[in-house]
Amino acid sequence: MKLLLALLVGGLFAAGIYLIVRRSIVKLIMGLILLSHGANLLIFASGGLVRAQAPLVEAGSLAPEPPHADPVPQALILTAIVIGFGVVAFMMVLVSRAYMAVGTDDTEEFTGTDH
Amino acid sequence: MSALPILPVLIPLGTACLGMLGHRSLRAQQTVSVAGAVALVVVAVALLARTATGEILTLDAGGWSAPFGITFVADAFGAIMALLAAVTGLAVVVYSVASVDLPRKRFLYYPLTHVLLAGVCGAFLTGDIFNLYVCFEILLLSSFVLLSLGSERGQLEGAIKYVTLNLISSAIFLSASGLLYGTLGTLNMAHLSVRAAEAVAEGRGHVVTIVAMLFMVSFGIKAAVFPLFFWLPASYHTPPFAVSALFAGLLTKVGVYAIVRVFTLIFVHDTGYTHTILLWVAALTMVSGVLGAAAQTEFRRVLSFHIISQIGYMILGVALLTPLAVAGTVFYIVHHIVVKANLFLVAGVAHRIRGTSDLVRPGRVGVYASAPLVALLFMVPAMSLAGVPPLSGFWAKLILIRAALDERAYVYVAVALLVGIMTLFSMTKIWAEAFWKSPAPEEGGTAGETAPRTPAGMLAPIAVLAAITVGIGLAAQPVFEFSALAAGQLLNPEVYVGAVLGEAFATPVEGVDP
Amino acid sequence: MNSTILQTATRYLLPLLLIFSIVVMLQGHNKPGGGFIGGLIGAAGFALHGMAFGPRATRTALRADLVVVMALGLAFALVAGSLALASGQPFLSGLWVSVPFPGFGEVKVGTPLVFDIGVYFVVIGVVMTIVLSLLEENA
Repeated sequence: MKLLLALLVGGLFAAGIYLIVRRSIVKLIMGLILLSHGANLLIFASGGLVRAQAPLVEAGSLAPEPPHADPVPQALILTAIVIGFGVVAFMMVLVSRAYMAVGTDDTEEFTGTDH
Repeated sequence: MSALPILPVLIPLGTACLGMLGHRSLRAQQTVSVAGAVALVVVAVALLARTATGEILTLDAGGWSAPFGITFVADAFGAIMALLAAVTGLAVVVYSVASVDLPRKRFLYYPLTHVLLAGVCGAFLTGDIFNLYVCFEILLLSSFVLLSLGSERGQLEGAIKYVTLNLISSAIFLSASGLLYGTLGTLNMAHLSVRAAEAVAEGRGHVVTIVAMLFMVSFGIKAAVFPLFFWLPASYHTPPFAVSALFAGLLTKVGVYAIVRVFTLIFVHDTGYTHTILLWVAALTMVSGVLGAAAQTEFRRVLSFHIISQIGYMILGVALLTPLAVAGTVFYIVHHIVVKANLFLVAGVAHRIRGTSDLVRPGRVGVYASAPLVALLFMVPAMSLAGVPPLSGFWAKLILIRAALDERAYVYVAVALLVGIMTLFSMTKIWAEAFWKSPAPEEGGTAGETAPRTPAGMLAPIAVLAAITVGIGLAAQPVFEFSALAAGQLLNPEVYVGAVLGEAFATPVEGVDP
Repeated sequence: MNSTILQTATRYLLPLLLIFSIVVMLQGHNKPGGGFIGGLIGAAGFALHGMAFGPRATRTALRADLVVVMALGLAFALVAGSLALASGQPFLSGLWVSVPFPGFGEVKVGTPLVFDIGVYFVVIGVVMTIVLSLLEENA
C-alpha cells in the first residue's frame, strides 16, 4: 500500500509539472491542481498508514484505545484542501481574464512584462 | 499569558472586516483603514517594547498547550519584523489614499491590504510550521488579488507568472511540512527543534537534511534567491506603485524570515552542507540581481532586480551563522524593508511628475528642476541602498562584511563590496536619467510645462520613511544592540524552546521521549 | 443556459440544498460537517441557480451584498475568537452557555458554533463572488 501511494504521489507530481510546463494556461491550472493533490496525498502517506479506529477518547479514559489513526495529517490535508480550493477558484478567474486580455491561451505570448 | 502576540494578526483582520462592512462609502473605508494601520503600529511598538528586554511572549491559541495546539510566539526577531510590517503598512495605506485610482479602491483595495498585513504579521509571529503555511497562503491570496486588481494586460501576465511560481513553492512547502511531520512527529517549531536534534542523535540526520532542502527551495522561491527569482522582475512593476511598494517591502522578506527561522531553530545539525549551499546562493543572488539591474531601463524593474541582490546580503548573514553575521542579517532586513518600500513610493511620485517610468525616454519635465524636494527624498533611500555612510545601509553592510572577514570568507567580502559599488552605479543611473535630466526642447519637453503638484499624502509617507532611514543611520548603536539580542535568541534555540514548551524541554534528557 | 428541466429542478433543489447546508453546518460540531462544507453546499445551490437563471437573477435572489456577507462572516469568526480574550482566556478558547430551549430541554450554545456560522458566511460570500464573476464574464 505504501509503495502504491508513493507511486501515485510521484505520478501526480510528474503529471502536474508536465502540465505546468506546457504552453497552455488551461493546462497550467490542471497542473497546479494535480500538484496540490500530490502534496495532499504525500501528507496522508507520510502520516503513517494504519488500519485502525478513529482516535476518540472513551468517557472516563485519558487516551484513545490503540491502535488508532493519527488525526493530525488529516487535519492538515483538510486545511490544505480548503486553501487549494480557494486558490484554484481564484486562478480560474485570473486565467479567464488573462485569456481575454491577451487573446490567446499560449503562454509564449505572455511576454509583455519581460522586457 | 498575554494576548499581545496575536493582536498584530487580529487588528488588520478586524480592520479588513470593518472596511468590507462599510465598502460603499469610500470615506469610511479610508478612515477605518488608516485608523487600523495606526492601531497596528501602536500594538507592534508595545510588542517590541516587551520583547526588547529579552522576554519571549507566547500565546497558546484555544488554550491547547504547546506542542499540541497552535502557539504564537513573539521573540525579538518576530517583534521587530511585525513592527516593520506595521510601519510599511501604514506608509502604504496613507500613500494609497492620494494615489490609487477609484475603481481599485471601490473593489476592496483597503481590506485586501489589511488581510495581507494580517498574513505577514501572522507569519512573523506564529510558532507552528503548518500555521506558517496557512499565513503564507493568506498573504499570497490577498497579494494575488491585489496584483491582478484592475485587470490590465501587463498585470494579468505578471500575475500568472507570480501566482504559478508561488503556488509551486506552496506545494513544495506543504509536502515538506507533511514529510517533516512524518519524520519528527510534530509541527510546533520549538518541538521540531528538540525532535530534530534527537533524530540526528539517533542517526536519522540525513532524512532531516532532505526535508531541510525542500524547505530551502520553497522559501527560496518566496524570497526570490538565485536561481528561483524570475517571477519577481516579471510582476513587481505591473500593479499600482503603492502595491509594488508593499510587495517589495514585505513579501520577499517573509521568505527570508522563514529561511532565517528554520535554518537557525530547526535545521542546524548539518551546517557544513545546508549553510554552505546558502552561502553560494547568497553570493550568486547578490551578483545576478545587481547585473540584472544594470541591464534594465525601467524604474521599477531596476528596483525589482535590486530587491534580489539585497536578498543575497540577508542570506549571507544566515549562511555564516555567527552571532555577528545573524545580527547583520536582522539589521539588514530592518534597513532594507524601510528603504525598499520607500524607493517604490518615490518611483510613484517621479512617474507622476515625469509622466513615464522609462529611464531612456525623457520625461515631461525633470524632477530635480520642478520638484527638488522629491529628488532629495529619493537620494536618501537610494544612497542608503548603495551603502553610503552615515545612512542605514552602510551600517548593515559594514556588520555583514565584518562578520564575513571574521570567518575569513574573503570571496564573499569581495562580492558584497563589488555589489555595493554596482548598486551605487544603478542608483546614479536612475538619479541622472529620471531626476537630474530636464528634457531638451527638441525631445518633446516644453519649457513652460509645469509638473503636477505632488499631494502631501504621497510625500508624507516618503518623508517619514526617509527620516527613519536617517534615524537608523545616526542611531545605529541601539538598532545594532537590538539586532544582536535577536541574533542571540536565534542562535540559542534552547531559549525559544524553553519559552514555548517550558523549562523541561529546554535541556533534552537522553532516552526520554518528550 | 436556458433549460426548462434545469430551471424547474432548481426551484426545488435550491431550498433543499440550503436546508441541507444549514443541517450540515450545525451537526459539524461532533459529526462530519461544519461551516466550510455547509457553506460549499449552500454556495452550490446558488451556483446551480446561477447556471439555470443567469447571474443577474441570482444576484437578485441572494438579496444580500456579497461583500457584506463575507464581512459579517469574518466578524462572526473574529468575535467568536475574541470573546475568550475578553474573558481572560487565550484567543479562540471555547466558551459555552446552556440555553433552555422549549421542546428540546437544555441546548448548549458556544463560541465554536458562532465561529462555524462565520465560516459558513465567508465561504458562501467568497464562492459566490467567484462563481458569479465567472458566469458574468461568459454571459
